Amino acid sequence: MNDFPETASQTAGPYVHIGCTPNFAGINGVYPDDLGAKMITGAANGTRITLLGQVFDGTGTPLRDAMVEAWQADANGLYAGQPEADLHFTGFGRCACDPVDGTFRFETVRPAAVPWPQGGMQAPHITIWIVARGINLGLHTRAYFEDAPENDSDPVLGRIEHRNRVRTLLAQREEESTYRFNIHLQGAGETMFFDV
Amino acid sequence: MPDKTNNTPPKGGYAARLPANHPVALYPPYRTSVKRSPQAAPLSFPSTISEETGPVFGHSMLGPLDGDLLRNFGPQDQTAIGPRIIVHGRVQDQFGRPVAGALLEVWQANAGGRYRHVKEGYIAPLDPNFGGCGRVITDADGRYELRTVKPGPYPWPNGPNDWRPAHIHFSVFGAGFAQRLITQMYFEGDPLIPLCPIVRTINDAAAVARLIAPLDKPHTLPMDALAYRFDITLRGRRQTLFENRMEGL
Repeated sequence: MNDFPETASQTAGPYVHIGCTPNFAGINGVYPDDLGAKMITGAANGTRITLLGQVFDGTGTPLRDAMVEAWQADANGLYAGQPEADLHFTGFGRCACDPVDGTFRFETVRPAAVPWPQGGMQAPHITIWIVARGINLGLHTRAYFEDAPENDSDPVLGRIEHRNRVRTLLAQREEESTYRFNIHLQGAGETMFFDV
Repeated sequence: MPDKTNNTPPKGGYAARLPANHPVALYPPYRTSVKRSPQAAPLSFPSTISEETGPVFGHSMLGPLDGDLLRNFGPQDQTAIGPRIIVHGRVQDQFGRPVAGALLEVWQANAGGRYRHVKEGYIAPLDPNFGGCGRVITDADGRYELRTVKPGPYPWPNGPNDWRPAHIHFSVFGAGFAQRLITQMYFEGDPLIPLCPIVRTINDAAAVARLIAPLDKPHTLPMDALAYRFDITLRGRRQTLFENRMEGL
């Protein structure tokens, strides 16, 4: 079944910025821009939103050396690369957490629902991937929107056995168009991570 | 038709990731993992369009020196200090299909074991001609090639006297976000490999062995650069739509 075993992961380490966001790391002039710095590249359709948050360790301290990536559908529920997808929206964001307070931030559009393979739809969500020193395999999760009516019928949220953990996947509306998605690596409020 | 040209990806879901191929999340000798490792079981479900799609990076985004760490940082007439090497290989999926168009981003310490980073505290000097980042996109056969210097080993704050073996970090994007991977490549013959707590987060000796790039003598450039070969295997999609693993919590 597995002809070749997958290459093992190793931690991104403390110097991930050198390779993934070199301009952020002060290594200028090698690449013109850091990959994923802009998700909106023109007159993208849909509602502009900010998704921000922090990544907390098991002591409640925000990680200041993590890198967070986002991958999402556009305002019509299409992923970049699909026919008819919004050409002014990349769907991919990458952010080095703030070196002082650990905040990550994506200026993006609110995604629409996307299909579930066995029929029906998945509620609007943004795939989130977290790497850092001390994280041996990148952590995969999703940010849903707490105010989205589609959440009630989402097949992923619906299969979470421990219902009190559903809220760990819900980005909280802070202002008109700002949502906070805090990630907890450990503890009572540990974020639900995916093996998908 | 030769199999090699049949690169149309199948439409089934991604095969499940096998934990045995990967490090454990919590490995106390790697001290930072203690408070950064999730403790609850992850949620499993068959991959969906959200994981089966991913960002597409075209060759047009690359500059001519992006894959040449010897020259992509310093002044035009100078190259980085240290042993000149070629790192090359092939990216394939777990079923042996080449992964064309995969973006590989690499970063590493210089030949003295020093990173160009504000958090770096090692006494070894910076190399004014070495930034430490590079990137390349695989060709139609999944092949890639980089030029750089062999990085040095270095001490790091973990236990009282821990040293990292020489390594190059790789970040890999395949066709689907489910294939996303960050790993580290080590060098054949480095005695620090089995001593390293980060390497030892992987329990399977064969999985560790696959991270160790052998010297590739036939690929060396005479009077110029040694060559090391590092092949990468990503997750793959199954042939049929519903041939997925058991759905579980």
